[in-house]
Amino acid sequence: MIERNHAQDDMMESLVEKNKKLIEDITESYPKKVKKERKTHLVVIDPSEEQHIMADLATIPGIMTNRGCSYAGAKGVVFGPVKDILHLTHGPIGCGYYTWNTRRNLAEPEEGYNYFIKNCFSTNMQEKDVVFGGEKKLYGAIKEAYEIFKPKVVGIYATCPVGLIGDDIKAVAKRAEEELGIKVITVSCEGYKGVSQSAGHHLASNTLIMDIVGTEELEDPTPYDINIFGEYNIGGDVWLVKDLLQKIGYRVVSVFTGDSKYDDLAKAHRAKLSILMCHRSINYTNRMMEEKFGVPWLKVNYIGITSTIESLREMAKFFDDPMIYENTEKVIEEELMKIKPRLDYYKERLKGKRAILFVGGSRAHHYQDLLKDIGMETIVAGYEFAHRDDYEGRKIIPEIKEAPHHKILDTYHFERVTEPAYPQEKIEEMKNKMPDHFMNYEGMMVHMDEGSIVIDDFNHHETEELIKALKPDIFLSGIKDRYVFQKMGVPSRQIHSYDYSGPYSSFEGAVNFARDMDMAINNPIWKEVTPPWKK
Amino acid sequence: MEKIAKGESKMECNTTERKYLTVNPLKTCQPLGAVWACLGIHQCMPHSHGSQGCTSYLRMQLTRHFREFIPTTTSSFSEAQVVFGGVGNLKQAIRNILSIYKPKVIGISTTCSAETIGDDVPGTINEMRASGDIPEDVKVFTASTPSYVGSHVTGFSNMVKSAVETFAQKSSPNGKINIIPGLLSPGDLREIKRILKIMGIDAIILPDISDVLDAPMTGEIHLYQKGGTTISEIEDMGNSISTIVLGREAGIEPAESLKEMYDVPYEVLPLPIGISNVDKFIMKLSEITGKPIPYELEEERGRLVDMMLDAHAHWYNKKAAVFGDPDIVEAIVGYANDLGINVLYALTGTYSSEWEKTVKSMVPDAYVSSDSDLWYLKEQLDKKPVDMLFGNSHGKYLAKEYDLPLLRVGFPILDRANLQHFPIVGYRGTAWLVERTGNTLLDYKDAKSPEHLLELIM
Repeated sequence: MIERNHAQDDMMESLVEKNKKLIEDITESYPKKVKKERKTHLVVIDPSEEQHIMADLATIPGIMTNRGCSYAGAKGVVFGPVKDILHLTHGPIGCGYYTWNTRRNLAEPEEGYNYFIKNCFSTNMQEKDVVFGGEKKLYGAIKEAYEIFKPKVVGIYATCPVGLIGDDIKAVAKRAEEELGIKVITVSCEGYKGVSQSAGHHLASNTLIMDIVGTEELEDPTPYDINIFGEYNIGGDVWLVKDLLQKIGYRVVSVFTGDSKYDDLAKAHRAKLSILMCHRSINYTNRMMEEKFGVPWLKVNYIGITSTIESLREMAKFFDDPMIYENTEKVIEEELMKIKPRLDYYKERLKGKRAILFVGGSRAHHYQDLLKDIGMETIVAGYEFAHRDDYEGRKIIPEIKEAPHHKILDTYHFERVTEPAYPQEKIEEMKNKMPDHFMNYEGMMVHMDEGSIVIDDFNHHETEELIKALKPDIFLSGIKDRYVFQKMGVPSRQIHSYDYSGPYSSFEGAVNFARDMDMAINNPIWKEVTPPWKK
Repeated sequence: MEKIAKGESKMECNTTERKYLTVNPLKTCQPLGAVWACLGIHQCMPHSHGSQGCTSYLRMQLTRHFREFIPTTTSSFSEAQVVFGGVGNLKQAIRNILSIYKPKVIGISTTCSAETIGDDVPGTINEMRASGDIPEDVKVFTASTPSYVGSHVTGFSNMVKSAVETFAQKSSPNGKINIIPGLLSPGDLREIKRILKIMGIDAIILPDISDVLDAPMTGEIHLYQKGGTTISEIEDMGNSISTIVLGREAGIEPAESLKEMYDVPYEVLPLPIGISNVDKFIMKLSEITGKPIPYELEEERGRLVDMMLDAHAHWYNKKAAVFGDPDIVEAIVGYANDLGINVLYALTGTYSSEWEKTVKSMVPDAYVSSDSDLWYLKEQLDKKPVDMLFGNSHGKYLAKEYDLPLLRVGFPILDRANLQHFPIVGYRGTAWLVERTGNTLLDYKDAKSPEHLLELIM
């Protein structure tokens, strides 16, 4: 017994060493400065040492990064899914065009509410607007949008030239509000702000809390009112989860922001708890909501069966209600029964398959849980735009040094304005009961196996070298590197858009995901890559 | 809240004149077209000087359209660059590109932010050249391509123009012709090359994305594929007999440069889609080079005419709307005229009075606009409906709302795979488009027929 453990230790040690050397090799061909910088973003999990990773820092120019911009984070990610806001991009045509139906944040039309998200609205700035200012055009566009579409709310999103020429979008919004009698929100999310889409998430959160949350009252509040945060309903994820939560007895007041309406967001401050999926994109709002309205939050993960079960049970713990406890267990049992035969089929076909997972600011963590549930293993995980707390947990926040790009992102703090639903003692009790998840996030790295590799702001060169060296069974990333690695013979799927499949959340979603992994990995076409006469 | 069924959420709206607001555009920005052009140059790394988002977005869109890898680097602007200038980032980027991605050529286009702050890109490159930072054997060309001027078609044109102006030279006549093919697909370029081969014509095609964006699955990884116009070919363009511009909007400016610089005459033709447009192309090739039109092409033409006759009843007198990039819209309008399809709307978002004049002369009764968008089309369909749509994937929402068949042509096609491999140029390509046109209408008819009217023979 002891001997076998030793053998395992040796093996582990060698994997850590092997991968540390691999990282040396990969960064070897970089210019000296690049090498030094990039090595701080690459970590091989080694429990024998205290490990840190650098993140949320400027990408080195010329490196083929997968990162986007602040506008993408604010308009594309956080606000884009709100279906009844008329999202008006103030800028030249490109920015609005590229966010036009290109993210799979599904939303259903609702009677009595506007439904604009299938359209692209832009001020289509021309050279003369850049020279003489774009405020007149912006006002004119809002007015025309008002006349044609009768929106209740217009959202204005600024692009690079807007900030550079100094258009006062807030003043235009104010004038439009006064003259047209509609709500106009603004986000100054010029693409050059920050180092990735992350800056846009931050800025969008500021608008959410300053202009939207708390501006409407929730009718008929119940003890089981919750918000779902950091959930954009890609491929219909939130619909599955909502069904489960409603079966248990919760009422979902609002989703930030998948399939959501402005009114829902405005009432979110009356919920008893916010559950948080994507920590990176929206935790700012959770912090501010707790300060301002006393709404606590719980980090959950309903990607993956085990983690869905854990999250549901932790929610029950918070509400501490016999009905909720009972229904939670009933739902878990029912769902497990429903999926078992199908899941077993795929587990058999996927046993031991190894994945490289490069996505997002939270998904690279969440999907590791799901891969584990279907018998697969994650050998490398990387985020595009995460911060150190997404890797190392929120405990690292006090140690994060302020970078130049942080100064431009306003951080607001609030005094409590309403009586919170629960006394502070309860909040403290919950923190003790669920230290990893209640108002906390423990990060991705602590969950990763010894010897696995973590990458921040992964780029083409590193990805190529890692794939060559590690030969994964599947590469899970986004559209930009979907086809290049497929051509190398590695099955590849998009975890941003689910390759037009999904939903992947909770129990049924896990089966969908397993089906898609099987489709990608065990596809008969792979046998045809080498012609028979060359075999 | 009671939910209403999907697809039933027609927006109540009033038709109004719009002066400031664009809704559902028929264009995107210059940097995308510039990168497209660079991809058709052998071992060229497109570099986008500006914020990261521009690069991320255009790579995303081009990848989705071609379903191929789109390498593009970025200067990764942050606040510091827009305040103090982006030249430092550009220099750093070039050094890193040279050492990590080892291209033979770097094609630099700019973005809104770089142009608004006024970075001197050509000056920076000259400086780096002088200091030896850029080695002799790596070629660099640059174009100014802010999104607030023109469209992706303009960006394509500007980048090709820069390639020509930077590299083309004059030495001795080469007996070749130049072809500037605009934003055609790899399948189209392959077909054009086949036609040239049959006719025995030596041509320099700039840019040429075949063998780049239709590379075979081999199990190997290549940052640069084997295709693309080489620098020595571009250098040789000043020695050619003539330049054929396929599609005025994307190609006339580079041809104009070659004429001004080296006296290479040029001819502007529509994209060779549709029998009349292909005839013009073939006859012009023959006229310029003195090569006869081979019987093989005549046979291909004859087969196409035969197919058009066999299926004419399926489309004759149908009313259509055509939208997308200007050159393809013009070509499709010609194709529709050949078939006897009535074009009621011909719309693009790349402004050009020349284009409007040309298209208007082809379909005098149609509404023709180069400053239009898909919301405009939607409003018109309420008043004056059509039977079918020709255009890009963005038209699918109108197709659904108005229950119309959509024939996908042009850019972008994001919701159907593999179309870029199949040509719609030349007689053979047109034949395939004819097949799609007729049979799409028949599929639609079958789908709409009540059971007792579903016919076996059509």
